[in-house]
Amino acid sequence: MTTFWEKFKDFLVTLLGNGMGRIGLILIGLIIIAALLAPFLGTVNPQKAGKAADILLAPSAQHWLGTDDLGRDVWSQVIFGSRISMTIGLVTALLTVVSGTLIGLIAGFYGGMVEEVLVRVVDFFMMLPVLPLMIILAAVLGPSLWNIIFVISVISWPTTARVVRSQVLSVKERPYVEASRCIGAGNVKLMLGEILPNVVPLMFAQAVLMITEAIYSEAVLSFLGLGDVTRISWGCMLHFAFESGVMATTPWWIGPPIGCIIMVIVGFSLLGTAISDVLNPGYREMKGI
Amino acid sequence: MKLARFTFRKATAAILTIFIILSVNFVIFRMAPGDPVRMMFKDPRVSAKQLELQREKFGLDKPLGGQFLAYLNQLAHGDLGISFWQKRPVTEVIAQRIPNTLILVLTALAMSTILGIILGALAGWVSGTKLDTFILSASITLYSIPAFAMGIILLLVFSYYISVFPLGGIVTPASGYTGFAYIGDVLWHMCLPAFSIILWYIGEYVILTRSSMLDVLGQDYITTARAKGIKESRVLRKHALRNALLPVITLTGINVGFAVAGVIEAETVFSWPGVGKLIYDAVSKRDYPLLQGVFLVFAVSVVLANLIIDLIYGFVDPRIRVGTQ
Repeated sequence: MTTFWEKFKDFLVTLLGNGMGRIGLILIGLIIIAALLAPFLGTVNPQKAGKAADILLAPSAQHWLGTDDLGRDVWSQVIFGSRISMTIGLVTALLTVVSGTLIGLIAGFYGGMVEEVLVRVVDFFMMLPVLPLMIILAAVLGPSLWNIIFVISVISWPTTARVVRSQVLSVKERPYVEASRCIGAGNVKLMLGEILPNVVPLMFAQAVLMITEAIYSEAVLSFLGLGDVTRISWGCMLHFAFESGVMATTPWWIGPPIGCIIMVIVGFSLLGTAISDVLNPGYREMKGI
Repeated sequence: MKLARFTFRKATAAILTIFIILSVNFVIFRMAPGDPVRMMFKDPRVSAKQLELQREKFGLDKPLGGQFLAYLNQLAHGDLGISFWQKRPVTEVIAQRIPNTLILVLTALAMSTILGIILGALAGWVSGTKLDTFILSASITLYSIPAFAMGIILLLVFSYYISVFPLGGIVTPASGYTGFAYIGDVLWHMCLPAFSIILWYIGEYVILTRSSMLDVLGQDYITTARAKGIKESRVLRKHALRNALLPVITLTGINVGFAVAGVIEAETVFSWPGVGKLIYDAVSKRDYPLLQGVFLVFAVSVVLANLIIDLIYGFVDPRIRVGTQ
């Protein structure tokens, strides 16, 4: 186990040495802090509508980022929105990476029919316009946080399955897998004991990619009015502001959610790019590590 | 002979995909909770017998298999049903919007491909320099900004705060423009929506062209070309870029489906009367027949675009024909 932690520490140090990785981690760190400390950051209930006098107020000491067209506090909505983004990102990444890895592992290891079916399904998904498919699924299932997670997961797992499968194809030919088979290791032991550890770095990179895509998809779906109105996300805020028709005169309402969406997606994209750079063997040679 | 077989295989795959899309489209909307007839006639005074008659009229009393065949038959006749919201045939509603979307998509994609390739090739050529780092990080950042967020920023800045561009739509209302003035007006309205797609989409081409360029620049024939004393600019254009472009072109096909997202977002923000705006309207009006129709149009056109691009590559590059076997 120590070797794994040493490897992980080594990986983290390299990641922090990479400029993009550092900026990415800082941006994501800010959002995670906001999500964890949301109740302690001077927030009120983000759903609580105000009286007629509280509508569309400019920023003040009481409402740090003003209020929206129902008199709800924008600062609280922005801070609590981070929880929704992170929940969607993490849960979707967990679901898609676990299922994608499992399917990719089985398909790559056994080959034959299973592989054929997987390749066809993945090809099919690759050909489809993803956003319209998500839109019709979300419209039919109805707006809720868990439906959105379900919709994004259903459409995103094939990417991971495909990447994992091609990695498994190259790993399973390696001599130590053959050696393990010779001393009597069963298929399950080979898959989990010998092949899976070689797929872990890839799963990590895929997880970051999936978090990025999930957060992005949620923002777009919510902006298009398919979001969960009982849990206001940044995409929902933009939807309300856009539909209200007063967004030009209320920059305190429209600006923060746009900023947050850009911050979280740019953060994860930079981190993802840095991770793939670090995992790419050529990078270490180039840097002389 | 090989080319014919390649064409046949690709075409069969596309037809099969379209059939699966039709089935998915059929199944998803049958999954919808609630009774479609009840949704159309929300008035509680409508009697059970009248509802039954409506069900019969729409064929909803038949078993699912029969409904699916009826659906396919209707599609074969170009019938996508009646839009709840517009009370007109869905086919008609969508057909009106298609030209508007095509102008926007083709302009935006052509511009981002060309600019992306130029910037990516430049970054690859000067790799390791400050310029390269700048182009690369700017690309990743722009690529991460959703087209609707970029669209809202552009709209606020260039239409509200500095009024240089129109607020939305495709022509100035009641302007009565004809001929060149009309075309100019449309192009004027198209600037911001196209720009928000280009800014979002260009990054992908920059990143890809750059990495492909780096691969090619490491090849022996580039060293040979330089050793022969060929001018650098000629090595870049004739030797490096030409070969670096192949993987970039291959990816254009895969990306068509992806580009649809940018179109939906940009059309929504700028009220561009295209098919993408239609999907937004269909969602907000809960107009299921229209939603189903728009999805079908997007999915089928993406599959067809993919097929055409695949066939062109197979024709241009014989290695692709062999590679996919």
